[in-house]
Amino acid sequence: MLDAEFFRRWMSATADAVDREAGRLTELDSAIGDADHGSNLQRGFAAVAAALEKERPATPGAVLALAGRQLISTVGGASGPLYGTLLRRTGKALGDDSEVTPGKLAAALGAGVDAVAQLGGAKAGDKTMLDALIPAAGALGESLSFGAAREAADEGALATVPLQARKGRASYLGERSIGHQDPGATSSALLIGTLADTAEAGA
Amino acid sequence: MRMLINVAETVVADALRGMAAAHPRLTVDVENRVVVRSDAPVAGRVGIVSGGGSGHEPLHAGFVGPGMLSAACPGEVFTSPVPDQMVRAAAAVDSGQGVLFVVKNYTGDVLNFDMAAELAEDEGIQVAKVLVDDDVAVTDSSFTAGRRGTGATLFVEKIAGAAAEEGAPLERVEALARQVNASSRSFGVALSAVTTPAKGTPTFDLPPGELELGIGIHGEPGRERRPMMTSGEIADFAVDAVLDDLRPTRPVLVLVNGMGATPLLELYGFNAEVQRVLTERGVAVARTLVGNYVTSLDMAGCSVTLCQVDEELLRLWDAPVETPALRWGR
Repeated sequence: MLDAEFFRRWMSATADAVDREAGRLTELDSAIGDADHGSNLQRGFAAVAAALEKERPATPGAVLALAGRQLISTVGGASGPLYGTLLRRTGKALGDDSEVTPGKLAAALGAGVDAVAQLGGAKAGDKTMLDALIPAAGALGESLSFGAAREAADEGALATVPLQARKGRASYLGERSIGHQDPGATSSALLIGTLADTAEAGA
Repeated sequence: MRMLINVAETVVADALRGMAAAHPRLTVDVENRVVVRSDAPVAGRVGIVSGGGSGHEPLHAGFVGPGMLSAACPGEVFTSPVPDQMVRAAAAVDSGQGVLFVVKNYTGDVLNFDMAAELAEDEGIQVAKVLVDDDVAVTDSSFTAGRRGTGATLFVEKIAGAAAEEGAPLERVEALARQVNASSRSFGVALSAVTTPAKGTPTFDLPPGELELGIGIHGEPGRERRPMMTSGEIADFAVDAVLDDLRPTRPVLVLVNGMGATPLLELYGFNAEVQRVLTERGVAVARTLVGNYVTSLDMAGCSVTLCQVDEELLRLWDAPVETPALRWGR
């Protein structure tokens, strides 16, 4: 079972990972976007970590809901609303339980991913964060293995390289977006990777 | 990197503090990043709120004042502001007549303004939105997120602002803003890439002797790269790209806009070529504005925006305006 402390550790691990990888995310974003994905997420997750430390929400759902609200209030750009919605809606789907099963988290993550797709109007193959999140949520639902989710997210992010972007700023480049890994899919894979790390560290 | 900054993290706040010092008729909330005309809310008048990433100065905060924007929300460099800023701005300028959000068509701006509109309406503020999407370099199809919003933002903000200043109701201000957007098209060219403070190196690599056609205002590469062209050849290319899409039958407003690092000497010379092309194509020019208005940090280059006007749009364009960056008739 996963409690609020587990979700706090996940968010804090994500803040550390984003901090570490900010340069790489910004580098990817400068090829097909506007070179700020790393610094924007860095600012957002730092605010998430600080807010969770201060407010210490009692349930898994409340941890993710607070994290999502922080991202919407601090990140800006497209990443703020999209990541914010992902965490907020996943948190909402977890309900008020003080502990959740991996199965329940998988279902909730699926609901969060659906909300992102709806908000951004994107689907699989559009070269967005969904290309990592959809396979990750699928793998977690099927196997209930966080390691499998991480693998699926990493593969999904890599698979964006040959795609032509159809949503977001990279879509304005048309065919010139081909050959570059999508920064949003990369940061999503990072988020799923830290989930797996957190689960493995706790085991 | 050689930039006139302290550290990348504080560039926006530092700029806002300096703006506040230079323009006492603006109320600048540096902490929450909202710039409001100091006499807001103006009784009986619709509020006009715009915003977007920083790095496009004077857009948008430079257009706050009587006759144009009631408030602006600057985001981080090239990053949309957050909904909290927009709701604060709307609350600061709403006199009970409602607020128009002017939104450039970038995914981040659209999503954040959508969320803000919901939150503002929860607080009892009537909100209308107009989406600016004038850039012909981006083809509008089911495979893209639509055209980008660029130079036409200035036309929309000026004309909607003038209508609001006259006391037009929200519905009318919104309709005029939509008409201006529908009547406007832009095309941009880059002669150099952008260096953002956060990254410190150019966002794309543009070898000497080449230029990017069809760029936006966020340092993203354009649609096509070609060997360097003369000012006249660029004018032919850019104006034709706009006219192919707009096909005006009435006189146009012309904005010859610098991207930040191109001097007025070059912009005026380019404008001479733009006027030549328009004359050759039989397009009448009503008014022309030349300068750095919708910029992209230190990018060299320019954009051309045309807006087809009727008598009312022209009258509203000529109406008095008093902002840091646009000022006439008062």
